[in-house]
Amino acid sequence: MSNGNDPRLAISFVEQSARKRVEHILDAGSMREMVTPFDRVTSPWLEMQGIVPQFDDGVVTARGSINGKSVVAIAVDGSFQGGSLGEVAGAKIAGTLELAVEANQAGESIAAVLILETGGVRLQEANLGLAAIAEIQSAIVALRQFQPVVALITGPVGCFGGMSITAGLCSYLLMTREGRLGLNGPQVIEQEAGVSEYDSQDRSFIWGLTGGEQRDATGLIDDFIDLDVIKVRQKVQEYLSKGVPEAFRSEAIQSSLDRLKKVDTRSQITAEMARAILSKEASL
Amino acid sequence: MNTFHFTRPARNVPIDRALVGYVGSGDLEVMIDNSDQPQAEIYIHSSAEQGEQRWLSIIERLEVAHPLPAMRMDIHDFSATPGVIRLRLEQALEQALAKELSYE
Repeated sequence: MSNGNDPRLAISFVEQSARKRVEHILDAGSMREMVTPFDRVTSPWLEMQGIVPQFDDGVVTARGSINGKSVVAIAVDGSFQGGSLGEVAGAKIAGTLELAVEANQAGESIAAVLILETGGVRLQEANLGLAAIAEIQSAIVALRQFQPVVALITGPVGCFGGMSITAGLCSYLLMTREGRLGLNGPQVIEQEAGVSEYDSQDRSFIWGLTGGEQRDATGLIDDFIDLDVIKVRQKVQEYLSKGVPEAFRSEAIQSSLDRLKKVDTRSQITAEMARAILSKEASL
Repeated sequence: MNTFHFTRPARNVPIDRALVGYVGSGDLEVMIDNSDQPQAEIYIHSSAEQGEQRWLSIIERLEVAHPLPAMRMDIHDFSATPGVIRLRLEQALEQALAKELSYE
């Protein structure tokens, strides 16, 4: 726990394992993990391809409470296979969200918190990972009608691929300065566009375009969060208490298209240009 | 990926289930679970090139300091160095035995 108000002694959320992150978000003693590592449900595909599996397949799913409110909490472990989602990892997330949807349909109120640290589909399990991500997205769209679905991207892996779309579907999206959000990862864009256009090694450039601060300034997320576990928890509580939003970001299609039309692709876009076009204050 | 299995002599002492570490570059996860066997059954998945003798040496050195409890131990190694392996094994045993390991 936090040691008073001295920021040097604060516990960094980013340095915690996926399991500890879930524990920190939930009320003390309320965490009940669903499909634990001791159930030994590992990926059946990685071993066939000579890759060492992990007992939780890189995903922690739990039930618990936040400020007494019933939730499911899900965290992807970015250190295992880049937080990629295959059959088991994906099914754990989709199944947990679907249980929450069913509970809400039966009159029980269960919200969801997702802690996303993921490169998207696990390439070794490509089609199964894709199918699982589609199921996750369907479950979020169903659940967000009943209860808030809050997503956090805290770093260091960030949130990419199909899971960046998943993040965009959530009721509320929160990011730290270290977090990154993008459809394609920096190396992928560099391979496609060339190093002169997109240098994946240029950290200030990459974070300038896809980091939490820029995503906040350009209105693609709801809030910017500090790394201190206490403050992360407070922000999650704040957004859960907001309830179901009046409108979902993913439904604002026309205003997004109008903004996209203003992009001039003849010159390389900069972080400042993106802010001028995308920020909430920018005129259409 | 290499897989190994060792059966080692063990003490019959009560243990808790334990899980430490993760399968990230240069690290490993170690799981200790209850077993109905009187020995320590150790199952290893490793991405490292090194073979059986290296793992046996690591386990034999560990046994000198900490006699193993009867258990099933699973190791998922992502090319950790022997020092990191030793630390994770001691960490897992410490959790399983629910007390500080003695270093005498």
